Amino acid sequence: MKYVAEFGAPELAQRLLDEIRATVTQPWTLMEVCGGQTHAIISHGIDQLLPESVELVHGPGCPVCVTPLALIDQSLAIAARPEVIFCSFGDMLRVPGSASDLYRVRAEGGDVRVVYSPLDAVELAAANPDREVVFFGVGFETTAPANALAIRTARDRGLGNFSVLISHVLVPPAIEAIVTSPDCRVDAFLAAGHVCTVMGLDQYEPLAQAHGVPIIVTGFEPLDVLDGIRRALGQLERGEAVVENAYPRAVQAAGNAAARATLEDVFETTDRQWRGIGTIDRSGWRLRPPYRAFDAAIRFAVDEITAPESERCQAGAVLQGHIRPTECPAFGEECTPASPLGAPMVSAEGACAAYYSHRRVDLRRREGTARANHS
Amino acid sequence: MTDPSTWSCPLPLADQPVITMAHGGGGQRSADLVEHLFLPAFGPAAAGAALTDAAVVELGPGRVACTTDSYVVQPLFFPGGDIGTLAINGTVNDLAMVGARPRVLTTAFVLEEGLELAVLDRIARSMGRAAAAADVRLLAGDTKVIERSSGDGLYITTSGIGTVDPDITLEPAQIQPGDRILVSGPIGRHGVAVLSRREGLEFGTTIESDCAPLHDLVQTLLAGGTTTRALRDLTRGGLATALCELAETASVGIEFDEALVPVPEPVRAACGFLGLDPLVVANEGTMVAFVAPSDAEHALATMHAHHRGRGAAIIGEVVAENPGSVVARTALGGRRVVLRPLGEQLPRIC
Amino acid sequence: MCLGLPGRLVDTTVDRGTPMGVVDFGGATRSVCLTFTPEAEPGQYVIVHAGVAIAILDEAAAAESLDLFAEMGLTDPDSARGMA
Repeated sequence: MKYVAEFGAPELAQRLLDEIRATVTQPWTLMEVCGGQTHAIISHGIDQLLPESVELVHGPGCPVCVTPLALIDQSLAIAARPEVIFCSFGDMLRVPGSASDLYRVRAEGGDVRVVYSPLDAVELAAANPDREVVFFGVGFETTAPANALAIRTARDRGLGNFSVLISHVLVPPAIEAIVTSPDCRVDAFLAAGHVCTVMGLDQYEPLAQAHGVPIIVTGFEPLDVLDGIRRALGQLERGEAVVENAYPRAVQAAGNAAARATLEDVFETTDRQWRGIGTIDRSGWRLRPPYRAFDAAIRFAVDEITAPESERCQAGAVLQGHIRPTECPAFGEECTPASPLGAPMVSAEGACAAYYSHRRVDLRRREGTARANHS
Repeated sequence: MTDPSTWSCPLPLADQPVITMAHGGGGQRSADLVEHLFLPAFGPAAAGAALTDAAVVELGPGRVACTTDSYVVQPLFFPGGDIGTLAINGTVNDLAMVGARPRVLTTAFVLEEGLELAVLDRIARSMGRAAAAADVRLLAGDTKVIERSSGDGLYITTSGIGTVDPDITLEPAQIQPGDRILVSGPIGRHGVAVLSRREGLEFGTTIESDCAPLHDLVQTLLAGGTTTRALRDLTRGGLATALCELAETASVGIEFDEALVPVPEPVRAACGFLGLDPLVVANEGTMVAFVAPSDAEHALATMHAHHRGRGAAIIGEVVAENPGSVVARTALGGRRVVLRPLGEQLPRIC
Repeated sequence: MCLGLPGRLVDTTVDRGTPMGVVDFGGATRSVCLTFTPEAEPGQYVIVHAGVAIAILDEAAAAESLDLFAEMGLTDPDSARGMA
């Protein structure tokens, strides 16, 4: 068992698809919350294999899409400082702020580096005692343990030149905001598997009960995604609304106790702004007082920086599934992947970019193409 | 390969173990560099050459192809090659892709003050070996020195001239619906090899860069009588970029089966944890060939018989639908649009 | 969000008090922090996100999932033949 190829087996995918087709009797709209699932759906072409009555809506589970504009602007202000080595996951470099992005800051002389892990940024801080090393701590509950660990490691090693610009956001409040919105058209959620690997299932039961929506904890390989869809449709057709774990090899009901303890130690819940959506109550984490010395927003006094969101960008409505990307007036005109107005147009699996790349191409299967010649 | 730690510099370079501004001044230090470092390191590939500003060469009658390219890789040394092998093979391959036999190259170096001569010597020796292997001569050259700045060490520009046999025309405009698409070997090796040594990302891998000259494989393919419409080496942006560019230029659609694209397991693994798509990872010794449908199997057999094409595969075909677009058929039977990446490939968490 | 890849733990060490391991993703190996999976042993598979292992994979649960999928769609004669 290597846990990857086995969960992409085409013959098993066919079985799951057969089961899905046999289950569905009416139209349903499912939201895959996590950008990683969106990526799997698009890169494996799963969206075209589903019955037409099943619509998938790409959710807000992507730090590129929901990190607020003001925070991007704060990151740019810090990264431009000469004493700073600014470290980020590669995802964030192209995300547009009000007037620039990290790429441009780097081109203009900022020391911006891509790291694989926040722990690599801690090593950079140790190796460069005369520089300030700042890590851009974005992400959801999956990424938060790594960031918390980096902060604790820096504290334990006495690295006073390390800090983190924190923008952690949480999945359950986002699901709640979407499901309670009057425009909500989502019938069931595929919850983010790796978020639940860390946090477990207990936060989702009350959501499913209170709002009558099936919530399926779903993994990222093709069979995982198909199984999540199958279970969601099964519940909807039977009129049920409970939490199901379709990713049991990686998700325990209680999550990862060691990671949760560290999160509890380092972070406390706070209201967070979501790009394009607005402020969601208690939807994020910030550093607890004993760790505030590592808060880059305080250290570099950038927390006063605010930024008005674009009035033309409808990213929030798209991310909550209220409208399709093509229904945004800016879509494909003033907003394209090469010149994105909002974040969902930035990464290839962003909801808008995905629509943009697909709408020009007819992806319907044509019978009798040359496929038969060499398959 | 010369171990830089054991390298001993012949006088009069010995008292100057690093590049200084004087090496780029065009005076004695510049001449020393040519005479005592570049010429010996280039070896037989530069035999009889003075590496001066210009050289005269007899290439015979007929058409010539010319190209120029700059090389700026970081790190300078990576599994399977270095910036020197890249600077030779990259330019050789640019000539090979238009069907030319590479004949002569010029080399221009921009050196950063402080670069160790031992490092430069090791790279120059790689260039000499790569040029000899590709049977091209290194004739003219230039060296400039810039003040210590970025720490990148050196940049190399090579220009090349090759001769093109009379009946050879390879260009995207010839691509037409029905043509089969062959890839000459496993993809993603160069990009993964370089990333594995990049500061801040280091990871272990057995993968080596595919950096290699392709002109002999091309000449063998053409000599085999296959109707080859166009070739493209899969450098920056990888297979996805090459196919997207050709689909646009030729105004055709391209479809391929993802499962037929050869991706070595370690490349897939590295791309997996970095969040990259092997289709957009760079190669330096792998190409796609667009071949008339009736010749596809013959072309594949020809490639398989050549040491640079052993891993070749037919991956897809040209279609009339969706001109300018590339569509991948996934292993599950789905389809997706393949896009040209917008910029450099960065590890992601999302 | 949350790219997490399974890899096989091949070696464990302790670096300044932090449990670390080398994880093989199938030909690419990387140093990974094991603080949140301290009980992980070489040979087991872990899910790695941003250089940190966040779970030990449950082999029995994985096999159960695959068995479940393999039993599906048996009403459809075409896929039943495909499985045989």
